[in-house]
Amino acid sequence: MSSFTLAARTPNHDPKPVAYTLTVLAFAAVGLILVLPLVAVFAEAFSKGIGVFLHTFTDSSIQHSIAMTLKVAALAVPLNTIFGLAAAWSVTRFTFPGRRFLISLIELPLWVSPVIGGLIYTLIFGIQMPLGAWLDERNIQIIFAYPGLVLATVFVTFPFVARVLIPLMEQQGQAEEEAAVSLGARGWQVFWRVTLPRIRIGLLYGVVLCNARAMGEFGAVSVVSGVIRNKTVTIPLQIEILHAEYHFAEAFALASLLSVLGIITLVLKLYLEREPVLRPPLAPAWEDRRRQRDPAQPTS
Amino acid sequence: MNIRVQNISKNFERFPALNDVSVEVRQGDLLALLGPSGSGKTTLLRIIAGLEFPHPNDGKVLFDDKDVTWSSAYERRAGFVFQHYALFNHLTVAENIAFGLRVRPRKTRPPESEIQKRITVLLEMVQLPGLEKRFPAQLSGGQRQRIALARALAVEPKILLLDEPFGALDAKVRKDLRKWLRKFHDQTGLTTIFVTHDQEEAFELADHVTILHQGKIQQSGTPKEILARPANAFVTDFLDLPNSKKASS
Repeated sequence: MSSFTLAARTPNHDPKPVAYTLTVLAFAAVGLILVLPLVAVFAEAFSKGIGVFLHTFTDSSIQHSIAMTLKVAALAVPLNTIFGLAAAWSVTRFTFPGRRFLISLIELPLWVSPVIGGLIYTLIFGIQMPLGAWLDERNIQIIFAYPGLVLATVFVTFPFVARVLIPLMEQQGQAEEEAAVSLGARGWQVFWRVTLPRIRIGLLYGVVLCNARAMGEFGAVSVVSGVIRNKTVTIPLQIEILHAEYHFAEAFALASLLSVLGIITLVLKLYLEREPVLRPPLAPAWEDRRRQRDPAQPTS
Repeated sequence: MNIRVQNISKNFERFPALNDVSVEVRQGDLLALLGPSGSGKTTLLRIIAGLEFPHPNDGKVLFDDKDVTWSSAYERRAGFVFQHYALFNHLTVAENIAFGLRVRPRKTRPPESEIQKRITVLLEMVQLPGLEKRFPAQLSGGQRQRIALARALAVEPKILLLDEPFGALDAKVRKDLRKWLRKFHDQTGLTTIFVTHDQEEAFELADHVTILHQGKIQQSGTPKEILARPANAFVTDFLDLPNSKKASS
């Protein structure tokens, strides 16, 4: 009996003072590392008064950078939503050799430096390469132009939708889809009427995170952008330019815009996480539920 | 509709799931596929429904005289009731039942008034009238089971396939539903196959029982025949028959 009690002991059973101290420390660390800089961004943005803050957004290059960021996200996010859905669909609905490898590969942009993502595209589409030369002859510009920005952003944000959907769809199994087929539903009907409604919260969650990253991406985009003012500059790049030119108040004013996006994302994320399946930490709980549920795997 | 399964073999990655299996079910018959877990009974049921991919390595499935081995589940239109019901959780009970009708192409889709009528009739048939607006999460296990059945029947299949239909229910509900299903089967005249690992259930409910073990058929026959003459040691052991009846095998 006593050994059983010991085994069941978790950090929740630690003495109260320890628990409180650790909690306070955790909040202090988060406050110091995450919240304080965020407050500083807003403080700095308004340091020269609300007039300068508002005036920042009348500048044409700054307006252009905001428009550019919106345009890039408007294409990159839908593209990655489709890619993410397709990837999650294929790896959870089919078994094929290299499936595990493909799942890890989808996550590659998370652990590869974004700069590399940018460099790859400058290499592929640079005029010294056959593809780049071929496109250049036809006056199609990828690098240092809008398409390059989208490509780099797609690379960096590729995993976000798929990463949420893969464990979700794996846990749900495919019995409901099979039921739909046996009732006479065609492929698209199964997708629209059964699959999509079941994963909609997860999909929205992935899209919100993907969008936040797409709008905030700096590294990959800065490589392919060439930083041509009023042409290929996005908000993060514009902030960097303003900062380098000692326009601190303007830089922070624009930074506060991105911070607001971050806060909105956080609120949405917390709201969507009311859905139990999306609540981190994800992996262990999912494994348990999968074992209990035993989705329509042909086990017998 | 008569169902004939001829010499079906199916391999999973390394091991054979089904090995030269043949089953025949006559129109209006109630067949139980009985066996321990891992015996291949669910795989066989899924092959009959057209849900098992990839297709079997060998053998044929015939509905009456039509070869459906390579037909999709969509074309076969067998009513399938899943072990965990697989109800659409985002749809109400009424929408679940109407699903198979609403996905039909416009030409063959019944008018909305007809669909509503059919929902009411089916709910009465499964003895759950008035539950139209509920969601699956608001139902008990036994109720979900019967809604899944109503949903499968809405498209008027000729064949009903049930995967461990009582597996997830408690003992009392199990017994009630068992009797109810037998009555229901007799009333509708469907050809029904159900999978179970519970020998009592198989023998009490079915006209014919097919016993599977390790992907091979051990014995097929009426409950009486099997109990009187178990074909081999496995059957004797699995059915827990007294040793005196043990066949020499």
